[in-house]
Order: sequence, then structure tokens, then C-alpha cells
Amino acid sequence: MTRGRINSFQSLGTVDGPGVRFVVFLQGCDLRCGCCHNPDTWDLSGGKEFSPEEVLDRILRCRSYFGEKGGVTLSGGEPLCQPEFCGELFRLCRREGINTCLDTSGYPLTAPVEAVLELTDRVLLDVKYSSESACREYVGCSLKRATDFLTRLSAKNIPTTLRRVIIPTLNDTKEDTLWLKELALGSKNVDGIELLPFRKICKAKYDNLGLEFPFEHLPTPPAEKMAELKALLSPEF
Amino acid sequence: MEQKCWNGFNPGPWQTKINVRDFIQRNFTEYKGGPGFLAGATARTNALMEKVRELFALERKKGGVLDVDVNTVSSLKNYAPGYVDKENELIVGLQTDAPLKRGVNPFGGIRMARQACEAYGYKLSDKVEQEFMYRTTHNDGVFRAYTDEMRLARKSHVITGLPDAYGRGRIIGDYRRVALYGVDRLMAEKKKDKAALASGVFDTDTVRLDEELFQQITFLGYLKDMAAMYGHDISRPAENAREAIQWTYFAYLGAIKEQNGAAMSLGRVSTFFDIYIQRDMDRGILTEEGAQELIDDFVIKLRLARHLRTPEYNELFGGDPMWITEAVGGMSRDGRTLVTKSSYRMLNTLYTLGSSPEPNLTVLWAQGLPTEFKRFCAKVSEDTDSIQYENDDLMRPLHGDDYAIACCVSAMEVGKQMQFFGARCNLAKLLLIALNGGYDVESGIHIGPQDSVMAVDTLDFDSVMERFGTYMGWLAHLYVNTMNVIHYMHDKYAYEKTQMALHDTDVTRFMAFGIAGLSVVADSLSAIKYAAVHPKLNEAGFICGFDTEGTFPKYGNDDDRVDFIATDLAHSFITELRKTPAYRNAIHTLSVLTITSNVTYGKNTGATPDGRAAGAPFAPGANPMHNREENGALASLNSVAKLCYEDCRDGISNTFSITPEALGQDSETRCANLVAILDGYFAKKAHHINVNVLSRETLLKAYREPELYPNLTIRVSGYAVNFAKLSREQQREVISRTFHESV
Repeated sequence: MTRGRINSFQSLGTVDGPGVRFVVFLQGCDLRCGCCHNPDTWDLSGGKEFSPEEVLDRILRCRSYFGEKGGVTLSGGEPLCQPEFCGELFRLCRREGINTCLDTSGYPLTAPVEAVLELTDRVLLDVKYSSESACREYVGCSLKRATDFLTRLSAKNIPTTLRRVIIPTLNDTKEDTLWLKELALGSKNVDGIELLPFRKICKAKYDNLGLEFPFEHLPTPPAEKMAELKALLSPEF
Repeated sequence: MEQKCWNGFNPGPWQTKINVRDFIQRNFTEYKGGPGFLAGATARTNALMEKVRELFALERKKGGVLDVDVNTVSSLKNYAPGYVDKENELIVGLQTDAPLKRGVNPFGGIRMARQACEAYGYKLSDKVEQEFMYRTTHNDGVFRAYTDEMRLARKSHVITGLPDAYGRGRIIGDYRRVALYGVDRLMAEKKKDKAALASGVFDTDTVRLDEELFQQITFLGYLKDMAAMYGHDISRPAENAREAIQWTYFAYLGAIKEQNGAAMSLGRVSTFFDIYIQRDMDRGILTEEGAQELIDDFVIKLRLARHLRTPEYNELFGGDPMWITEAVGGMSRDGRTLVTKSSYRMLNTLYTLGSSPEPNLTVLWAQGLPTEFKRFCAKVSEDTDSIQYENDDLMRPLHGDDYAIACCVSAMEVGKQMQFFGARCNLAKLLLIALNGGYDVESGIHIGPQDSVMAVDTLDFDSVMERFGTYMGWLAHLYVNTMNVIHYMHDKYAYEKTQMALHDTDVTRFMAFGIAGLSVVADSLSAIKYAAVHPKLNEAGFICGFDTEGTFPKYGNDDDRVDFIATDLAHSFITELRKTPAYRNAIHTLSVLTITSNVTYGKNTGATPDGRAAGAPFAPGANPMHNREENGALASLNSVAKLCYEDCRDGISNTFSITPEALGQDSETRCANLVAILDGYFAKKAHHINVNVLSRETLLKAYREPELYPNLTIRVSGYAVNFAKLSREQQREVISRTFHESV
């Protein structure tokens, strides 16, 4: 029996996938991004344990709100750190006709991960940086992890939204964003790009955990900067 | 005359019998399109509204009351006609001879009228004092009959806000009847009803009704005279849209001149007006701009309506409200939507005239409403925070398709059902009184069955429930009896003559009870059941606080373990209430609604086992306690949706505040998501929701610099207020409420 470790539930998610979504924040992440919003999800042994059926019960209670576009989103943490649980939960959701969405930074394509993708209606793929060096330095893995994942999504033709948190001085140049746009244009399954401003309201979480917030010294991007970068995405996105 | 006025309408039974619903059903034009056809405000409307805004500013500057006529007792014919700008008004009529000048209405109680004058620096004239020296008011009557225990219940605040010193309100006259039939026809029908009594037995009920009919007929006459003072002859039916709106407004105006009831709701007029507007347009005598102007002018008049209240009253009902509630939308029994272009025009006043708490625009939401209309409503919510939603699919089977909402959430069939308003009792305080064996620590009053103090180390859930059940039974009986006294006296000394004249003579009555503190009690009982609650005793040996060890499920998280405690509480209480017959065979109903009294109730209630500190505010209405939701907004909505409307037929109020960011990234997404949320919530048989799309920061700014935000409107509990008009304490409470934010 596969059980999942879960950080928390957000019954009204409107920013992680289309429509009104029930968002499950899973525990566990092997990356350590300096901009991470949910450091409380890093520890794979943290959170609380649930069976897929228990989580499905919570989702079904919110089903009437989903409308035509909404559904469930698995986020985290990196949900694919628990691929068996994700797969089982998505299988149950599919059986109920509930739209499934996966919020991930990309993950090695093991068999259980492939199985999850089989059951995924949409992926929100976080491609954090545009260069290998930045990715190595600020995420701690190769950029290929995300791009290889995207290639696979493309091959499977899973509708995908690319996402990126814009962090001043680290990934906020025109070139950074144009690279992301190129990446999207090269993948026929990508139908949207979301640029999100880096924010620091997660600072309290770091404080509570006794951790240092690595990007505390960085400013949040001004609205004009965000607008300027977003303008680069048009007209395609 | 009728033939001429009704020319072009589809005929039907409505012509031979008073039946506005039948008229609407046979004549309205469904509208399923979007808002594209709407016209903006004309230069005339803007100029008039500018004058009104200046008056509002002056009123604010003078501390909330612009002027009081202390010499005249408010009634239909006691004031000379008043105008804002006589030449430019399309719809005329004011409560007194000048805009925003308040009349005095001592029929509910002379003391209240006196205090209200004094609170704003006026003195009730000797003339009025003299007049009422030899007159019994409603308040006099009630206090002659109140028992000692009723007085104690009031004094200890276990029952609060009872309409024993002010007008009970919550009655909706079918004001449309005046437009459709003209007053002469209505008088003739009432005379027939009166004559028909002669064949029966003249028992108490019949004699009372006979006298009431006499009063109704007299006041219909006054209504004609009042309109004549403004140069209109409303003895005949309205001939065109402008007259239909004017006649309807005169009827409403008559009601608010006669009565200063707590809630003086309007009913369901938009689609009725639409029939006249459509006929005029078909005749080529009215344009879209002209139609919007008429609705705008009507709404301007409603926004100018005022009653003179005391500051204590404002603690319970903050923001100077009148609950001029207008129900918009809904479905017809045959599956057609009752949404018409005038439903849009009514909501459009929030743009043409700016956002405003009054009239209290209430959308009757149904799954079957046209998609375009749903989207428009969501947009209006996003832009103005001025409308509330109630579940038409839940109410229509019980009240038909021509009901309206009185006050915040009380459904009644227009002209056929009325209610006896009964404020609410404080369930959280009752729990503490029960634990203390019939002693209220806050007021120092012994009340209810006298028993031992539950001075155990750890409270046992079953023992507490048994004890609480006994006290609920006691309070329910006392509450019904108290209401019976109040409404007997209100009928006797402050009968609503104009409003009841606009009802069928054979009317169905509800008696509307209420509970406050539902979420506090549910969480407290959950704490007793799932955690360890140790009572703390004061020197006198009474429980004055609790140490609560461990965690427990909290209402607002879609957790059945505690949510069903809440639903059971409501069910038990209405079951107890039904055991004591209500005055005039009224049907017992129950609301979970607090207006702004959740602050006052909290102030008068000691610490509770859920961890709420002594004196801390309750959550409003049926809301979960502030900031106890851990699983987001939908889980919170689901908890409230579990409360059963069958048990709470007088309404279940939920106030929902969400930041724009949490609702979606752009306006279009936000609106689509809000529609999905409303559809989802009401599919779960929830009853009511207030929607605010705004951030706490906006409110904090308005709190710090209220003068910069005179028009900031926010839904609080079944109605909307100008944030600036709330007391500082009420403002702080609103700010402390849960805002659903994005993570």
C-alpha cells in the first residue's frame, strides 16, 4: 500500500494550473533552490502520512468547485520524489474524471515517473535558469534535468506551462527570458509561460526552521521589470 | 382606466385577482446575453449624484447625521414634499422635507427616540414628548408583560438585540402592487376582505384582524394623499415605466415614513420594472439611456433613505444600514431564468452611481442562471465588493419563484409571507452558563436551572452535552415566550399598516430566531471531545477560564468530526424552539447570522474552551473562527455548507474575503474562478455568501486614514457597509478576519 507524505492542502488553488484547483503539497525535495518558497517541504520524512484514498476523499469534497477547467494539482516540494504515490493518486483521480496537473522542476525519468506522466493532463514545469552554470550554482543540478524532462513531455505531447521565478541579478535579463521563450517554441506541447516575481514572504518559514534564507539579500523585481520581460513573450505566449 | 394602463400586457388571472407573480410570469422577457447593451450615467444623473455626494460628505462631517426634525413624528403625510433637485429628479419623494434629514419615530419606544436625538446633539421637542406622554409605545407594552426571567436574559446578554424598543422590521410589502393595480383597487380588495369577516365568529384573532384591516385601508388612503403632495395620482395603475418605478417607490417610501424597522427591505422589483421598460421601448418612448436613468434615480432615492438610531443600536447593526435588500435574478419554476435586462441595469448602478452598501443587492444564484450573467455578477463583486449571493435552487422549492430577501438572508414570498424578527441568542454564553450551573460570570446573574458547577479536572464530553442540552431547552422556551410578548405588543402598538396593506390578508407568518457563536461552541465542544479541557475556577468557585491541552478538529476545515457538532447544534436548537408554540401560529425558523453583533456578543462572553479569550469577538454569522482554517477557502466553505437549511430556514450567513491574487492572476480568470466557486458552493446546498475581493492592506489603509476612503464598501454579514461608518472596534474585527490569500 503506497502512502504519501504530505505537507499541506490548499483547497482553493487558482495559481497552480487552470481553473479552481485542489493543491496537494507533497513532502520532499532533493534540490535546494535559493528562492524556494516552501523550505518546510524539503524533508522527505516530514509532514503527515496519507493514503491515496484519503487524499482523494478530500479532493472529491471540492469537486463541485472545479468547473470545466479545474482539478487537482500535485505540488510540493518536488512531488516526483514520491512517484508511486503520485501515480496512484492520479490513477484514482482519472477514474473520477478529475483533471490532473503536476507542478514539478523536472525529475529523472525512472519507470514510476513515466507512469505518473501517463496519468497527467498538464505539467507546470519550473525551468529556473537559462544557463548550466546558474542552474548548477543556485539549484544544485544540471539544467538538463529540466530540459530532458521537457523533451519527454513533448514526446508524450502533454500540455505544458513553463514557469520561472524572476530573481533580480540572477535570471532577469532579456536574454534569460528569450532563451526560455526559444525553449518553449521548440516544444510543441508548451502552450504558456508564466513569469512570477521573486517574493520574500517565505522568510518567516526559514526563521521558524532555523534556516538561513539564501536569497534574503536580493530585491524583489519591480512591476515594470516584470512587465518588460512578459512583453518579450508576446505574441506567441 | 385599468384597460389603458395594462394595454400591451398579456392578460391572465392577475387581472381579476391581486397576483403580481402571475403578471410577471406572463409578461417578462428573459435575457441571456451579456452586459454589452448597458448605458452609462447621463450628464443629468451625474449632476444629481454629485449633489448627493456632497450631502453624504456633509453628513459624514457632522458625525453621521446631517439633520433631525425633532418636531414632527414621522408618518406618511407629516412632511412637506422634499427634493434633492426638483427640476432634475425623475423619481421623487423623500422621507422628510429635505434630503438626509431624519425624522423621529417614537412608536417603537419614546426613550430610544429621545436618546437617538441626544446622541447627535438634538433634543426631542416638547411637542413630541407631550404627544407620547399619554400614548403607549411598543416598548411600554413589552415591558409591562416581560417576566423577571425575560428581563434577566436580556440583562445578562444571553439574548440580545431583541426588537423590544425599536421597530421589528423584516417585513417586505409588495410595493409592486401599487404600480400594477393602483391604490384604489387595493383598497377595494381589502374592503372586500374586511366585509367577509362578518360571516365568521368574532374571536380574538378575527377582531384583531378586523381592526388591522381598518388600519390598512386607512393607510392606503394616506399613501394616495402622500403621492398627491408630490403631484402624482397613484389611485390608478402606472401607465409607463417611469410611473411604475415612481409608484413602487412611493409605496416603499410610505413604509419607511411609517416604520423605522431594523431592516426595511425592498423585495424583488427589477424584473417587474423590466416589463414596463420593455413595453415603453417597444412603443418607442424609452431608450436604454432613459431606462438606466430611471433605475439610477430610483436607486439614488434608496441610497438617501435613513433612520435615526442610537449608538447602542449601531453596535449591533453597524454602519447605519436599512437593509434595502433587492433580490436580483433567480429562476422561474418553469425553468426560464428571471434574469432580465433590468437585472443588469440594477447591478449597473454600482458603476453608474459608484459602489455602495445600499440598496443591499442580492443575487439569487442558480446553477441554471445564464453564464453571461454569472460572469457579470462575478465582475461586479470583483470591482465593488457590494453584492451578496443566495442559493435560489435551495429557496425556490420552498418559497416559489417570487420570494425576496428581508434583511440579509431571510427568504419570504413577496406579499404572502412575513416574519416576526427575533434577533439572536448567544450560544457560547449559554454553554458557559450551563457549565457554571446557571450562573453568568460576566454579568454576575444567576439565571436558568440552578445546578452544580462542573468543577471537574477534565470536562467530559457526554456530561457536558447532557448539561448543555438541558440549558438549550430552557433557553429555547424562554426565547419563544419572550418573542411572543414582543410581537403581540408590536402588533398592538406599532402595527405595520402600510406594509401589511401590501400583503394578502391571509398571510403566512414566520418567527425568526437566531443564534450567535455557533463556531465558538462547535470548536469548544470539539476541544472537550478531542483534547483535554481543564476548567479554571475563580475565588467564588465558578469557572472563569480553561486550560486546553492537545489539538482538536476545528470548524472550517471540512472535518466532519467537528462540522457535524455544528450541524447538530443548529438542529437541536430549532427542535427545542419548536416545542413552544409561537404567537399567531407563526412557523419557527432559525438563522445563523450576527450582523455586526459578533463583536458585542464576544465582548460579553467569557473565555471559551476553544481557546478564544474572554471578550474576544466571535466569528460573524456561520463563519469559522478567524484564522483557524488550515486547508484553504474551499474547505472552509464546505464546513459552512454542511449546515442544514431545513434547520436554519431563516438563513445561514457566510462572509468570504479573498485577496485578488488568490482568486486568479487577471480579471478574466478571477471572474471565471469566482463563478466556479459560487457554483460549487451552492451545489453543496449552501445558503448564502458575501464576497469581498480585497486585501487586508486596503482595509488597514482605510482604518488609518478613513477620510481617504469614504466609499470603500465591504460586505460584512448579510449586508454591506461603508467601512468608514463602522466603529473602530468593528473595523478592527473586520481586519482580523480570515483573508484567503495565495500561498
